[in-house]
Amino acid sequence: MQPIKRSRKHVEEEPTMAEPKIKYDRQLRIWGEVGQAALEEASICLLNCGPTGSEALKNLVLGGVGCITIVDGSTVQIGDLGNNFMVDAKSVGQSKAKSVCAFLQELNDSVNARFIEENPDTLITTNPSFFSQFTLVIATQLVEDSMVKLDRICREANVKLVLVRSYGLAGFVRISVKEHPIIDSKPDHFLDDLRLNNPWPELKSFVETIDLNVSEPPAAHKHIPYVVILVKMAEEWALSHSGNLPSTREEKKEFKDLVKSKMISTDEDNYKEAIEAAFKVFAPRGISSEVQKLINDSCAEANSNSSAFWVMVAALKEFVLNEGDGEAPLEGSIPDMTSSTEHYINLQKIYLAKAEADFLAMEERVKNILKKIGRDPNSISKPTIKSFCKNARKLKLCRYRMVEDEFSNPSVTEIQKYLADEDYSGAMGFYILLRAADRFAANYNKFPGQFDGGMDEDISRLKTTALSLLTDLGCNGAVLPDDLINEMCRFGASEIHVVSAFVGGIASQEVIKLVTKQFVPMLGTYIFNGIDHKSQLLKL
Amino acid sequence: MADLDVPPQVPQSKTRDLDKLLLRHGNLVDPGFFPGPDLRDDIRDYVRILVVGAGGLGCELLKDLALSGFRNLDVIDMDRIEVTNLNRQFLFRLEDVGKPKAEVAAKRVMERVSGVEIVPHFSRIEDKEIEFYSDFNIIALGLDSIEARKYINGVACGFLEYNEDDTPKRETIKPMVDGGTEGFKGHARVILPGVTPCFECTIYLFPPQVKFPLCTLAETPRNAAHCIEYAHLIQWEAVHHGKTFDPDEPEHMKWVYDEAIRRAELFGIPGVTYSLTQGVVKNIIPAIASTNAIISAACALETLKIVSACSKTLVNYLTYNGGEGLYTEVTKFERDTDCLVCGPGILIELDTSVTLSKFIEMLEDHPKLLLSKASVKHGENTLYMQAPPVLEEFHRPKLSKPLYDLMGRVQKDTIHVFGTALKNNEKESCSTKVRVVFKGADGVTDMDTAIGA
Repeated sequence: MQPIKRSRKHVEEEPTMAEPKIKYDRQLRIWGEVGQAALEEASICLLNCGPTGSEALKNLVLGGVGCITIVDGSTVQIGDLGNNFMVDAKSVGQSKAKSVCAFLQELNDSVNARFIEENPDTLITTNPSFFSQFTLVIATQLVEDSMVKLDRICREANVKLVLVRSYGLAGFVRISVKEHPIIDSKPDHFLDDLRLNNPWPELKSFVETIDLNVSEPPAAHKHIPYVVILVKMAEEWALSHSGNLPSTREEKKEFKDLVKSKMISTDEDNYKEAIEAAFKVFAPRGISSEVQKLINDSCAEANSNSSAFWVMVAALKEFVLNEGDGEAPLEGSIPDMTSSTEHYINLQKIYLAKAEADFLAMEERVKNILKKIGRDPNSISKPTIKSFCKNARKLKLCRYRMVEDEFSNPSVTEIQKYLADEDYSGAMGFYILLRAADRFAANYNKFPGQFDGGMDEDISRLKTTALSLLTDLGCNGAVLPDDLINEMCRFGASEIHVVSAFVGGIASQEVIKLVTKQFVPMLGTYIFNGIDHKSQLLKL
Repeated sequence: MADLDVPPQVPQSKTRDLDKLLLRHGNLVDPGFFPGPDLRDDIRDYVRILVVGAGGLGCELLKDLALSGFRNLDVIDMDRIEVTNLNRQFLFRLEDVGKPKAEVAAKRVMERVSGVEIVPHFSRIEDKEIEFYSDFNIIALGLDSIEARKYINGVACGFLEYNEDDTPKRETIKPMVDGGTEGFKGHARVILPGVTPCFECTIYLFPPQVKFPLCTLAETPRNAAHCIEYAHLIQWEAVHHGKTFDPDEPEHMKWVYDEAIRRAELFGIPGVTYSLTQGVVKNIIPAIASTNAIISAACALETLKIVSACSKTLVNYLTYNGGEGLYTEVTKFERDTDCLVCGPGILIELDTSVTLSKFIEMLEDHPKLLLSKASVKHGENTLYMQAPPVLEEFHRPKLSKPLYDLMGRVQKDTIHVFGTALKNNEKESCSTKVRVVFKGADGVTDMDTAIGA
């Protein structure tokens, strides 16, 4: 690194905080040090470094990805100066990969950046084993044939693949990975794991130590946390309703009124919170259908080839059936709520202790399963199992069709549904037209509208090509609006910088999700519609 | 471009890709699209864009606009570069830390994209004359605060004039494009004052900031943030007596952190870290490069569309969420026709005898305004300024004159008032339009009686 000149005032420093940690502070607050470490270990390959590829990679270099390899065989043209920020006038005539690599390296010297001057299509055909060294490949501006071939190669080598295309005001992003399990899916909104309607013995006995009718000291009544109030009220309700919880709208209202009736003055925030949180009492007990689906998956029968994720899912399945009594391991954290400090801290400890007990049970099961399938019982680390337990209710699994399967055999009913839907028809139309443009290029050795002149002929040829593609896909009789076909020809395979920055930005965001194994990557084929922004994820 | 002196049809042109959109006829375009070299050249030569903010969005916006056919850009930002900017503000390097963002950003883009002229303004947005903002065709906002958005919104809407029938005068519309991000989420929107909702029309889109009740901080702290805020908001003042807390001063932050640790230990509360202390005290919004790139690109694309009509303009709000899968949605928000900022203005009926100072008092009492310390402008003509003292003194003699006379004895007109308004117990700078109608002044004959009354 270069010597650091800094004006004292504008650096957030802490004696123990290293420079990179400060630099990445705003993203560490999102994916944490575990996520950052995953990024720093990743080796990313970029195919074609026009604006789409350059912009996608730029965002990853800034974030501190470990290693980038840029593959592009072209030289910088004057036209590239108008849409790519990673080339300049001095680089005209020189290797584009070299120029882009040098400018990207400037953004972050902790990234290991290299380039290969070679045409990606040639590389795909002549040297498929090249790709196996990477964590992930970002392939930009490839035509259909190359995408299909590359997908096969990457699947085989277990390399993640993100395909990106920018074409006039249209764009395309598609992930291809056989299977992407996520433990830390970080959903925006998720019901807290409080077990208000299914308390375990320790929680129950803590609740029993607190008297809702306490009158001394005067503040005590308004400092009872709502968890205690609701556990008590749920129990009281169940006693008088033969063990059932409120289920109908009337019963739910009645329950809330019951809670309200316990208020002794109108300024009791804890009771207001209890009424607002009453819906947590009504939530069904046990695991969600999504978790159920996961533990029913055939992969949840662990064998010697099972990944750590599936071994833990197998353990989860046993846990739910045994000590979990229908529930997943407890998450262990509680939201902030009006309470005395003492009650809150005690409650926190009770939840944490239960989470720890559940974790120990899970750890035992994981070890036993590993032993059974002939693996080192300690091969899955404690922190991994802990994280799995904490997120057991939020586990996600993304599986992607092979690109070839989708291209040759998409869901016809979905295509027809999308074409008929006002919000989707533009995106669906672009999907067909992007593929038709590749067929057009294969037939006529240029993209529709790529050169000035002959526009009318290109329009009618593109239309014919698109309709025959639709027929090949089994959508006989489907039509595309002429306006859209015209626009596609007008685009003439141009790479508009802002469209590239948009789809490239999305690609880099998806790469981050795939590499950090946090958040949930997109499922389906994303079509960018720059005309009215009715972009859509098509499930084909 | 022109400096290369080659006709546009020649493949060796920097506008190779953009020309497809700007030189060719389109079917899905906005009304008023006249493709051709003139359109491209006019965008290059005559359109001026102001980028407000040179941070995560601003850096991207400058690059995006420079590569979208615009050559005349200005950028305004009062901040200096910090180390924590470097994970996304790609125009800055470690050696730039401490330098003004606007200046470095402008320099870097001009170095890379030849022909582009970017004028940096290392300044607060409030310190610029209102006229400064009127020079631009479009204002692109890359901001992270609601206050700054409100200010620019007020300025841009201030240029808006209405016809007799309450329709906006086209030539007075100052379009804005606005982006915002947080983590994997963001929004991009187009604001055409008088046509689509302005910030104030949809102020409900910004959730109120979470603030802890003081009694929680003082009496029943339960988590690390409570301990940090106690040290920051209560203990600092108690110990330092009037010395202002400066979040950029590491020693101040360290003090708050140490006090928060002490308090947390006292109550048995886990989780106070230096990083969390900074996060809570500075209200840090997590930010990453990719989201900024996505949102800025959408804003720049809309800027190009507004200027050229080369495609359909976004109507009018794009939501982006990349956290769980990928979710985008376009929402057509509706205007608040009573909006104080972009609406035709608050109607105030006055006697022709009302003096300027009486009028300024009325602004303070007006239930919809509650505007104190108001400065008053009538078109280009400043009627009164509260500050600086030298200008106040200059305008002071007018205070005792009738507003009617000061406004050139017209029966009705719009004036602009600027001052501080009390909203939710907090003072905010605020600018608003007032439509003044003088009672009984519609004819010369009535005038004397009105004054005499």
